[in-house]
Amino acid sequence: MREKTATHLGRRTVLAASAGALAMPFVARAQANPLKIGIQSIFSGPIALLGASSKGAIQPEIDRINATGGLLGRQIQPIYRDSKGQPQEAARVARELVNTDGCEILLNAEASSGAYAVQEVVRDLGVLCIHTTAEASSLTADPKLRAPTAFRSARQGVHDAIVGGSYSAKVAVAKKLTKWATCSPDYSFGRDTTAQFGEFLKHFAPDIEITSQSWPKMGQPDFTEVVTKILQAKPQALYSAMFAGDLSAFINQGNAYALFSAMQVFVPAMGDLPVLTTIKNMPAGIHSAARYLPTFPDTPVNAAWYEANRKFNNNDYPTNWSWECSTAARFMEAAVKKAGSTNGKAAAAALEGLTIDSPFSTTGKITMRAEDHTMIGYAIGWGTTVPKEPFVTGIEPGDWGQITELETEWKKKNGYI
Amino acid sequence: MIDLDALLECVTTTSCLVTQTTSGLIVGMLLFLVAAGLTLIFGVLKIVNFAHGTFYMLGAYLAYTVFAITGSYILSVLAGGLGMAFFGIVFERFLIRRVYGANVLMQLLICYATVLICDDLVKIIWGPDFYAMGMPPEFQVPPLFIAGGVVPPFYLVLISVALVIGGGLAMVLGLTKIGKIIRAAAHNPDMVSALGINTTLLYSLVFAVGGMLAGIAGGLAAPVRSLTPGMGFSILIESFIVTVIGGMGSIGGALIAAVMLGLIRSFGTIGFPLFTEGLMYIAMIIILVLKPSGLFGKEIV
Repeated sequence: MREKTATHLGRRTVLAASAGALAMPFVARAQANPLKIGIQSIFSGPIALLGASSKGAIQPEIDRINATGGLLGRQIQPIYRDSKGQPQEAARVARELVNTDGCEILLNAEASSGAYAVQEVVRDLGVLCIHTTAEASSLTADPKLRAPTAFRSARQGVHDAIVGGSYSAKVAVAKKLTKWATCSPDYSFGRDTTAQFGEFLKHFAPDIEITSQSWPKMGQPDFTEVVTKILQAKPQALYSAMFAGDLSAFINQGNAYALFSAMQVFVPAMGDLPVLTTIKNMPAGIHSAARYLPTFPDTPVNAAWYEANRKFNNNDYPTNWSWECSTAARFMEAAVKKAGSTNGKAAAAALEGLTIDSPFSTTGKITMRAEDHTMIGYAIGWGTTVPKEPFVTGIEPGDWGQITELETEWKKKNGYI
Repeated sequence: MIDLDALLECVTTTSCLVTQTTSGLIVGMLLFLVAAGLTLIFGVLKIVNFAHGTFYMLGAYLAYTVFAITGSYILSVLAGGLGMAFFGIVFERFLIRRVYGANVLMQLLICYATVLICDDLVKIIWGPDFYAMGMPPEFQVPPLFIAGGVVPPFYLVLISVALVIGGGLAMVLGLTKIGKIIRAAAHNPDMVSALGINTTLLYSLVFAVGGMLAGIAGGLAAPVRSLTPGMGFSILIESFIVTVIGGMGSIGGALIAAVMLGLIRSFGTIGFPLFTEGLMYIAMIIILVLKPSGLFGKEIV
């Protein structure tokens, strides 16, 4: 028996074993020196979905990179931290991730308020940081706020406002909707988004008049008085920047008053799967942006990503934040590979102007614009809701030529250029 | 910021008056159910139950789950109420009872810890996503038009149910023996105990009733409101305003204050669109300046 075993140790086996033994120090070094990446988000409280869906999109990307040998030969070790949605905590967590935990890169899945705070820490520490979910335009558009090694892989508010304004104006002209009302959450995101939408809506359809505005508090338990106020104003169209649970409550309470059959309604955040699948009696014909849909862009790669993401997340639906986070991880991977280093300055230089293949673009490509460190070329469009899958139909894609042109004008107007 | 013309036009137009009044009533009556439990617990036990919003949240989640299983709205509301009555007993028996008469800070810590633990438990059991029960099929009907005003039938039912519960509570407290014992315990617990009445059981009962009211409110509101971990916080703040305005410990005061707050919201949003929340606090300040113990609170000598 022993003799038989000895004869099986042939030349190839010995060579393979030797090669493995020679490679051992490198493997051991890679395992001993993992690449730590800090990922901070809101993992607790009413917006915990932000953290859950961000992690649910970044982790599969890290698993994929690690399974194929890691990044620069080092296994990625993600460190997740909860900022609880507080800007001062977000700044503290960012500093701790780098200084104490030894993270070399930050993927910052904070809301806009937290992202501004993290950006100042990044300016100080000089590490590569990608804001994955902050949509407030000034974060990267304002040169005074922009940081040399900070980038944004999220939608930008002004892009949505241009496409939303263009689409809504077209509907308004066709249906002769001149009297509009707005209803948005009473904080910076709601006010900025509504103002930008109104600006571009009037740019495309100057006859439009906004006759009634409501500003409910975010997370307030009941919006009934806002629904009835809108009914009293008798507008022909309504725009709302509400989102997530507040939007769901607003839709349910509006349904009770038949609000959605009394006017045309435009809600950018409606086209997100958790909203579309949660609202039980969803009215048809609401105009919405396609935040994330497996059917927009209607490509095999997008459908495959959707299926894989649901499988990873116990069949939960991906959110708009999911594709943004997935994109951030892919940008990080491509930039570090191109730079051959995780050094903030070198990786940032590599990321500027970098174009990657992406399932989340109608052209299959997304670019990190060099001059203002924000992402362009992603799928952006508006359509109308239907109560069943695919939930949003007739999606009209935005024209990136027009978006860039009007964005430049908007930047000049705001003194950003 | 101020649109007095719109407000004047609204109060002089029947359709607007009807729509906004019913809108104020529905907001107010659901708030009353939560605040009634809060004020009852304070009245008898002198405990400020900062975890009361959690009862509302858990009631709503429980109702949502029962509705998803049975499809019965009535069963789901009952489950929310009974479930929270049980939770109220457990909360009183194992946590709050240990800090009766202790520093208010200690009570606050116990309540806050309960809020955090329950919010996390909700996240673990139901997930961080928000939920919507959706309108039960029997209420999926077009709104009624009364004197030109728009009134959803479902809201009429909610207002009626809340009124019946409030009336029933007032009757039990005012006319029955147990009600008299509860009122006596609120006034002088030592004397009630000396008379051989089991105050331990009584306190559990009070927490059960308080929890049940909040649970019912959560269940009733579930078809039109969103369910999120932490949803109890905002309703807790408004319930405190109601309790303070109405007078700590006064059920009648809570009813008046809750309806008042609902109407301030519904008419305030037309006349003072950017200051509706502020109006509620101004109302509270004015009432506290004029009557520091609240509308129906007892003056402390």
